[in-house]
Amino acid sequence: MNDNKKRLRRTMMFLNAQSPGLIRDPYIYKADSLMFDLEDAVAERQKDAARFSIYHALKRIDYRGCERVVRINGLDTKYWKEDVRCVVAGGCDAIRIPKTERAEQVKVVEAAVLAAEQEFGIPEGRTLIMAAIESARGVIKALDICEASERLFGIALSGGDYTKDLQTAITGTGIELMGARQNMIIAARAAGVQCFDTVYTDLDDMEGFRNDVKTIHLMGFDGKSIINPRQIPIVHEIFTPAEKAVVFAEKVVREIEDKASKGIGVFTVDGKMIDIAFYDGAKRTIALAKAAGTYKGEL
Amino acid sequence: MDIKKPAMSGTLESCDCQVTVEPGSGGVDLTLESVVINQYGNAIRQVTMSTLENLGIEDVRITIIDKGALDCTIKARIEGAVFRSVEQFDNIPWGGAVRE
Repeated sequence: MNDNKKRLRRTMMFLNAQSPGLIRDPYIYKADSLMFDLEDAVAERQKDAARFSIYHALKRIDYRGCERVVRINGLDTKYWKEDVRCVVAGGCDAIRIPKTERAEQVKVVEAAVLAAEQEFGIPEGRTLIMAAIESARGVIKALDICEASERLFGIALSGGDYTKDLQTAITGTGIELMGARQNMIIAARAAGVQCFDTVYTDLDDMEGFRNDVKTIHLMGFDGKSIINPRQIPIVHEIFTPAEKAVVFAEKVVREIEDKASKGIGVFTVDGKMIDIAFYDGAKRTIALAKAAGTYKGEL
Repeated sequence: MDIKKPAMSGTLESCDCQVTVEPGSGGVDLTLESVVINQYGNAIRQVTMSTLENLGIEDVRITIIDKGALDCTIKARIEGAVFRSVEQFDNIPWGGAVRE
């Protein structure tokens, strides 16, 4: 398996791949992933120019550890195949497929990615895939999509198109997204992949944004799409475990490992009943704290 | 590769450059305008010449209006204009004629 499949992705910041001022140094904002957009952000007559722009940026600019994901054009356009050749040749870390509704679409892109890796001498399996779900049908088919490819690391909700398809609108309350969010996170967890929430577009309502992030964090999402650097610290703060939770997680991991060697399966830590089912969650809490720089322990 | 018709790529926004290519009249005829011409004029000329060489273009009139673009942006805009001039939008030679 590609080691990057499970990497930390609390924030994915969208950037117009055609805009040199945006793609030259976005790593300064410290998003976990950068999402270079060849799709909606790029005007129809600039699709060709955007490819040259992103190819050289991928080749030349050191993004200092930020994951480099590229959103290609939809499979119903004449652009997507050349998009794949371009960004695989450039060495991107992952490709985001827009408007995914069926597992077959993931497989089609997977085949194109493999062909491009072979054409350009990129190690096979290096380029990951994620799928954006933007319709009612996509939500219904989420599990099939999640299980369509070994390269697929996660799915993301695209709220704007989804709510149009649902014949409603983004309200800021999250009510209209409830079903999709719940369905998608369950599908992603069942398939063992990650799940990312849609953008929050009202930059004047940071309190609303904070509440939205709290909601998706509690629901189990791995991260959120971001459209402005101001949103990043809020997401990272909410996704960073509290000190008390980290201390507890450390105890849980140590106790489970110790008790397992003694053949004890169920025991208590700080008065709470613990068994092996808590192990992965505790490890994830520590990994998140490590990524946020708040855990300096040995685990 | 031969320049077939006039073509343009890029914008006049900050950090970008606008590149125009036209069929030449023997050799490379470069007109450069840049906000940083005193500091980077020679470097931009070098990037331009090496990009054209990679593309196999020896006969072109090229105009660059630079607004502080990185090398990689200048290359991208030159290539964008050249491939538009020959109307090639697919099967781009990534890693071949189009390279760092």
